[in-house]
Amino acid sequence: MNTKEILETINMIDNENLDVRTITMGISLLDCAGPDPDAAATKVYDKICRYAQDLVKTGEDISRQYGIPIINKRISVTPIAMVAGACPGASPLRFAKALDKAAHNVGVNFIGGYSALVQKGFGPGDYALIESIPEALSETELVCSSVNVGSTKAGINMDAVAKMGKIVKGTAELTADRECIGAAKLVVFCNAPEDNPFMAGAFHGPGEPDCVINVGVSGPGVVRAAIQKEGAGKSLTEIAELIKRTAFKITRMGQLVAQEASRRLSVPFGIVDLSLAPTPAIGDSVAHILEGMGLEQCGAFGTTAALALLNDAVKKGGVMASSSVGGLSGAFIPVTEDAGMIDAARSGCLTLNKLEAMTAVCSVGLDMIVIPGDVTPEIISGIIADEAAIGMVNSKTTAVRVIPAIGKSAGEELDFGGLLGQGPVMPVNMASPAEFISRGGKIPAPLQSLKN
Amino acid sequence: MNSSNKAVITVIGKDMVGILAKVTEICAKSGVNVLEVTQSILQDLFAMVMLVDMSGSSVDVAALSSEMDRLGDQMGLRIHVMHEDIFNSMHKV
Repeated sequence: MNTKEILETINMIDNENLDVRTITMGISLLDCAGPDPDAAATKVYDKICRYAQDLVKTGEDISRQYGIPIINKRISVTPIAMVAGACPGASPLRFAKALDKAAHNVGVNFIGGYSALVQKGFGPGDYALIESIPEALSETELVCSSVNVGSTKAGINMDAVAKMGKIVKGTAELTADRECIGAAKLVVFCNAPEDNPFMAGAFHGPGEPDCVINVGVSGPGVVRAAIQKEGAGKSLTEIAELIKRTAFKITRMGQLVAQEASRRLSVPFGIVDLSLAPTPAIGDSVAHILEGMGLEQCGAFGTTAALALLNDAVKKGGVMASSSVGGLSGAFIPVTEDAGMIDAARSGCLTLNKLEAMTAVCSVGLDMIVIPGDVTPEIISGIIADEAAIGMVNSKTTAVRVIPAIGKSAGEELDFGGLLGQGPVMPVNMASPAEFISRGGKIPAPLQSLKN
Repeated sequence: MNSSNKAVITVIGKDMVGILAKVTEICAKSGVNVLEVTQSILQDLFAMVMLVDMSGSSVDVAALSSEMDRLGDQMGLRIHVMHEDIFNSMHKV
């Protein structure tokens, strides 16, 4: 019995916010599709309730057994456009409502997969689903939506990019009375992973098995504390080693929880997602890790380099700790969910331009950023196009989750509450990309797509 | 995963008379066998770590944990009961 190691673990949980962020059950709905839309929606509801009925209780039992907080239990499903495509002409909204009802029934806190994959063009069901997103997110509580508009293999579907600018704005407008919360549940992806357990971008890809358990770990606070305790006077080589060792421990905990959940639920284990996911709680911030490496504030020059080191070290430490790593895996930088990022955005040190550069080296993209309510759909499309281009060229996932604060301008704030946090409206470059966006068509796949 | 039936009980808080007695009383009542006990000081706080065998126990880790939570609340201590697998997986390659 090694007392030091035991007390280290207890300290991580009690004082450094160590937790398993989410157990996410992926459920395929491909067998629910059919020509009768109401019958299909009923099948969707029944299947989710049947498969996930014990998910929440099992998560709580495992949490008690090991003494580890497991914050969220969630569900991801087959992109609904694939199911809704079998009943053309019918509104896909009935599926959003079926998902919401099922999520409430089994007690999960989010269900993801009101999604469409349109990187190479619109398939049956895709366009109608995208059009219905604002209404779906305003009329449901737990449903999350995502649209993949580009990939390294396929290039960028600029018609979809143009469309999504309007959809993001429209979603914020329909939920303007609720802090524009709808837009916080909508992600626009390039290179979306099919096994991501994190919301709002989780969906159950068409190549996945019928049902699978994916686990997302967390632990920015633990990494921050390790740098604070042991990092003084160390070189960046040594800091990278320290982060690797810490990431290994965090991931081993996630692997244990994933295997135990898989065993208890008799569902195959999919992946552990190694992401450092911040929360608004003090001491659980990715920005504070970067500042702990020696930056005056997140957003200073050096931030992108520090984030690149962090992102890489997390992967290297985690990959040996798990039999199967997937999802997004790296460091998240959602502004409103991270106490350090919120402060840096408020002080003006962290700008949208810097965040864009950071997305080239982090594990996702422009995430949970509040923008002025008068930003045009074309500008939002421009933001999406730039992010998608970074993802496409660098063969990585990028995403845009911006929240237009309807009726508010730079300096004012939105407060979503809970894990989604709060944050200031960040200034946006208002020069118009309208003509570029209105051209439509595709940005062809880059040369690096030709790997065969 | 349940490779063993061992759990680790940790007690952290201000030192006082009778902590060990009260914790072991709950263990004895539930048929939990104490294998090893160590004490140390962690950041000016009393820290006791016990390794226990639950194979003959009438309760599971979750139930023992609830009981220890109640004791912890009464005595102003933080008491964790955790299956030993968590420590093995986090700290051993």
